[in-house]
Amino acid sequence: MAKILIPTPLRPYTDKQDAVEASGATIGELLADLTRQHSGLKAHLYNEQGKLRSFVNVYINDEDIRYLQKENTPVHAGDTVSIIPSVAGGAPTAEDVSRVRAEPELTGDEYKRYSRHLIMPEVGLDGQKKLKASKVLCIGAGGLGSPVAMYLAAAGVGTLGIVDFDTVDFSNLQRQILHGTPDVGRPKLASAKDRLNALNPNVHVETYETALTSENALKLFEPYDVIVDGTDNFPTRYLVNDACVLLGKPNAYGSIFRFEGQASVFATKEGPCYRCLYPEPPPPGLVPSCAEGGVLGVLPGLLGVIQATEAIKLILGVGEPLIGRFLIVDALRMKFRELKLRKDPDCPVCGTHPTVTTLIDYEQFCGVKPAADQASATSHQPPATNMEITPTELKQRLDRGDKLQIIDVREPHEYQINRIPGSTLIPLGDIPKRANELDPDAELVMQCKSGVRSGKAADFLRSQGFKHVLNLKGGILAWIDQVDPTQPKY
Amino acid sequence: MTDRRLTISREVDAAIRAHGQQTYPHECCGALVGRDGRVAATVPLPNTTEEGPRRRFLVRPSDYREAEQQATRLGGELVGFYHSHPDHPARPSQYDLDHAWPTFAYIIVAVAEGAAKEMTVWFLQEDRSSFDEGTLHHGENTDSHSASAVHR
Repeated sequence: MAKILIPTPLRPYTDKQDAVEASGATIGELLADLTRQHSGLKAHLYNEQGKLRSFVNVYINDEDIRYLQKENTPVHAGDTVSIIPSVAGGAPTAEDVSRVRAEPELTGDEYKRYSRHLIMPEVGLDGQKKLKASKVLCIGAGGLGSPVAMYLAAAGVGTLGIVDFDTVDFSNLQRQILHGTPDVGRPKLASAKDRLNALNPNVHVETYETALTSENALKLFEPYDVIVDGTDNFPTRYLVNDACVLLGKPNAYGSIFRFEGQASVFATKEGPCYRCLYPEPPPPGLVPSCAEGGVLGVLPGLLGVIQATEAIKLILGVGEPLIGRFLIVDALRMKFRELKLRKDPDCPVCGTHPTVTTLIDYEQFCGVKPAADQASATSHQPPATNMEITPTELKQRLDRGDKLQIIDVREPHEYQINRIPGSTLIPLGDIPKRANELDPDAELVMQCKSGVRSGKAADFLRSQGFKHVLNLKGGILAWIDQVDPTQPKY
Repeated sequence: MTDRRLTISREVDAAIRAHGQQTYPHECCGALVGRDGRVAATVPLPNTTEEGPRRRFLVRPSDYREAEQQATRLGGELVGFYHSHPDHPARPSQYDLDHAWPTFAYIIVAVAEGAAKEMTVWFLQEDRSSFDEGTLHHGENTDSHSASAVHR
């Protein structure tokens, strides 16, 4: 026989006794005997699977059985076993929002509009009300944000927030279906709001015309249940991830490049976050952006619709979201692969001992700008200016007859669209093996579309002993702006 | 078990609100000490959650024991716990429900942008399926013997 000390909240089930006797050779047997004697205890000590509830702590002579042999810990006569509560709780997260927020009623029009949802058992009236009560925030109203916002609005998500500060450009229209030709030059949020209001006037569209920053992210995310990451750069991606982890809000993640896309659901309570997958950002410039590398116009449609699907599943609480699963889409081969992701216990933000507990400077973290203590008056163009040349300077020097060799490091299909007269095409990937074609003593001007790839090529050549390597600032786009407006831009 | 009342003194009310404001934007937590549906004192406790204190609180077993001893020292017993919901309504979450103990009173104070607002009290239903909302009464003075003993 051993003595079991009963905590206050359980005493009503032991006839108000604060200590009772039970027998058993192990803790498991002892507790089984206890619940046989006092059956009301069972539901509070054990969960539906018959396991001790996580907030029930059992100590034997002041030692936590978790650090002994758990329920197999042997019990000897005269031992004292204590049941000690942990008390836990917290504000609602997206997963339980529907239980907490008052469920709105649907109007007659909404019954008609959502009838194809209402007849599905997985959605039904309850699910449609959950959607109406829900709030989703889209980061970006671009390629991914367009299909995400449009499908979520059509599906009846009650509040749709959008963060963006860009204006619509002609080059957006190939994929950003929120915006149309007459919208070019307008703020993206203005055209997004028009489009979404026309699509479903029942949806409350909340717009935030600002860049997402470490200063405003927590405040912006706070009212929302699900965050949809439609960003196109690493600093913002890490910022969205960390803010989601800190607030306990799921992140329906998607990214796209050329023919490839990725999707997952990060920052749920049980699942991994983006940092579990990528603890460190890639070196700046290594992973080209869509502006540099291009993207198939329908690809954000494909990935954005996956993100919207995941957001809806999270709100409805149905199916198997992409939690702990990393989906890789290859549109060229039309293959979908899935990688298993695990929550990293050493993750700096969602691990057991996080080192990142507030939002940091993500531009610095991603190496996009120098650390504050070494930052001087320089702008965010990393190379020193004596390693760069502007298009105007280049034109002047060419006109003077200076002997300069212009190396265009873009791809041949880009070279077909526009080029600087007299330039030599050597795609970036070929630079290492074709560097021997270049004269190490000649003055070289490296050039690409906007200056990122050519900057890398210039760094490489300098490391190989080339002494006079300049990077054309702003690439061919700046050349067209400043020198030769007759050429087409892309 | 419906229509349960919990009487709290003005000092207790003020202490819970002040604690919620002090820890904002994180959740605060603490124990309620008293007897027979009356709360006479609070024991503020550290929030030891590892899941993000903006949305979670955790009272460790060691702190629970400490609170229990404190309650005995004050001449009362543990009647429940309080916590705050920063920028969220004073309604229990699913997480609150999953982790609730029977018979305890759970006070929730909503803290909006740093200012304490609505305060509610909840009791777990016997079958653990949901909470019943109780009614909070503000007693000026505690009239029972045991409770006055814990009144500070």
